[in-house]
Amino acid sequence: MIRFRVFAALALIVGFLLAYFVWATEANLMSPYRFKLGLDLAGGTELVYTADMSQTPESERSDALSALQGVIDRRVNLFGVAEPIVQTEQASTLSGTTEDRLIVDLPGVTDINAAVAALGQTPTLEFRLATTTVVGTTTMAAFASTGLDGRYLSSAALGFGSGATAGLSAPQVIINFNTEGAKLFEKITSENVGQTLAIFLDGQPISTPTIQEAIPGGQATITGKFTASEARDLVRNLNFGALPVPIALESSSAIGPTLGAAAITAGVTAGIIGFAVIAIFMIGWYRLSGLIAAIALAEYVVFMLSIMKIIPITLTASGIAGLIISVGMAVDANVLIFERTKEELREGKSPREAVHIGFQRAWTGIRDGHLTMLISGAILFWLGTSLVQGFALIFVLGVLASFISAVSLSRVFLLAIVPEQGGRTWHFLLGSGARNS
Amino acid sequence: MYIIQHRTIFFWITGIILAAAIGAVSFFGLPLGIDFTGGSLMQIGYQNERPVLTTVETQVATVPVGAVSVRAVGERAVSIRTRTQTPAEHEAILAAISSNASTTELSYTSVGPSLGSQFAMKALWAIFAVILVIVLYITFAFRKVSRPVSSWYYGLTVIAILIHDLIIPSGFYAILAHFTGVQVDALFITALLALLGYSVNDTIIIFDRVREHLAHNEKINSKESFEMVVGKSIDETMTRSINMSFTVVLALGALVLFGAAATRDFALVMLVGVIAGTYSSILLAAPLLIPLANRFAKK
Repeated sequence: MIRFRVFAALALIVGFLLAYFVWATEANLMSPYRFKLGLDLAGGTELVYTADMSQTPESERSDALSALQGVIDRRVNLFGVAEPIVQTEQASTLSGTTEDRLIVDLPGVTDINAAVAALGQTPTLEFRLATTTVVGTTTMAAFASTGLDGRYLSSAALGFGSGATAGLSAPQVIINFNTEGAKLFEKITSENVGQTLAIFLDGQPISTPTIQEAIPGGQATITGKFTASEARDLVRNLNFGALPVPIALESSSAIGPTLGAAAITAGVTAGIIGFAVIAIFMIGWYRLSGLIAAIALAEYVVFMLSIMKIIPITLTASGIAGLIISVGMAVDANVLIFERTKEELREGKSPREAVHIGFQRAWTGIRDGHLTMLISGAILFWLGTSLVQGFALIFVLGVLASFISAVSLSRVFLLAIVPEQGGRTWHFLLGSGARNS
Repeated sequence: MYIIQHRTIFFWITGIILAAAIGAVSFFGLPLGIDFTGGSLMQIGYQNERPVLTTVETQVATVPVGAVSVRAVGERAVSIRTRTQTPAEHEAILAAISSNASTTELSYTSVGPSLGSQFAMKALWAIFAVILVIVLYITFAFRKVSRPVSSWYYGLTVIAILIHDLIIPSGFYAILAHFTGVQVDALFITALLALLGYSVNDTIIIFDRVREHLAHNEKINSKESFEMVVGKSIDETMTRSINMSFTVVLALGALVLFGAAATRDFALVMLVGVIAGTYSSILLAAPLLIPLANRFAKK
């Protein structure tokens, strides 16, 4: 008994500390533990792009996708958004998608068209070898892909070379490859001396220099017919957005701030009212046990909120709904245990024994029930879209937390106060319903 | 024992409700939203009075984006659905709408057609996977219970129950869609999947009781009939089933009445589904075991 009282006191203290944590971190506007609000609550734009990998070999797709992520990341940062998120989703049978996707979340941005325009102006850079084919009497210039493209770019710089003809210094774009790109570039140039290595930007040849000799060191110079400002723009675009693969906007959504704010208020109201009516019902029907369940439920709520802050889990409208529904479901295990306890009492067991056996008997049902709910939650999470995942994550967490709160918290609280032997009063307190049983 | 004695009546009632739900789905249909078909959905708020819906429709139609559907949302907002818009088309539509009224775009969602059809496939797979895994789990969890019916029958009964629990909310949604113009979206699928997990939880509690009684009877070598065991189990777990669902109904009720507009239809479907799930757990799941037992009982 003493042991359970210590545990119960500890559980209460932890509950209060967590409640304080939730309150304090929310009151402090600078706290890193404030709720992360999803785009549907805070307002913002989500853009989903598909990457066209048809020209990329299977083995390189994963690299290309992460290179793409890096590039878009830089673009987004240039756009000036607080806390943007750029994620990728690779095609696989497991995730159920057949396309490689790039998901860009821009909190606070509501002008979707401006965002699309800012992210969309991204050049693709490629080096191609000229191969001449003779068709009839005309000679056609064709270009074969070398595999060397924007993925291997580490930086671009503006330079001025000595103009051979005009005597003026002509603007040049100097490209620095990364280690891998440098090797590839050296290999291509050494194997194809005398041929034309064309530089394509957005599918158009901008420069068609002839390879004089093998070029080691990973630096290439583009001397197109640039004006100084054109060269400067190209350098900037290459630095911030030479895309390894072309992308297309697949889906997009933007939510204005008013709708989100209304959803938060409504969610909080529904949560408080929902909790209150459940607590009132539990206390009214299950008396002392109900009161304990209500306390365990309050602990459950602060525990869930703390977890969501610490992980952190991004809060969405569907997530809030999931949390409120999980409060209703969290009662379940408690109800199961109380009903069991009551049956044992009716059979003439002492209150304490009844509580013990009640928990034991209810266990298999609670285990099986929670496990099947976890299964459907996990599959829901797999189903994808952020809207569904917001719900699924909280549903799964809620099932786990309810499992813990019912099996441990309610039990500890009850065992801390229920005496070994008890008279009619205890039978009444542990009973339920309108009747005196 | 009341439920077991009158189980035929409940089977009939269920049959009628199921027929009504299937009728609603086939008669009204379940209109698929842009999550499935692809398309663009924009919600526009008006500073002042909302214009007549047909006016908005004509305004949008000045931009060639195919069929346009306009619905009223609340007092001062409309939602407009078209095929997937390009950024330029989107801009043009916004300009057309705000030509004679002060408007703000509350939300805009655009889904590419291929993403939509992929989601539809995934949703079907998810529902199928949930049912399969649950059935396997139940067959496993009840593997020690093989008399008088094999644990497979518990699993199979659960399939019947789960299908029932999918059809009733779908029928409700078809009616809701017919009268309010809502469409099947990702949240509707979410509701169905969550309901599958929830409803089976309820059924398991009753089966768990049956399992416990059967084990006990075996131990004391009791000759109690299976019918008696099932009846007793239902009676004993009924209060709990109803109370448990009642608390979830309270939570969902709060969501429907006070919750965010975005999740209202979701909560409504869940509400109907939870009630249907409780009904099916108490009045269908365990009683269905009896005809199975009579038919396939191990002699």
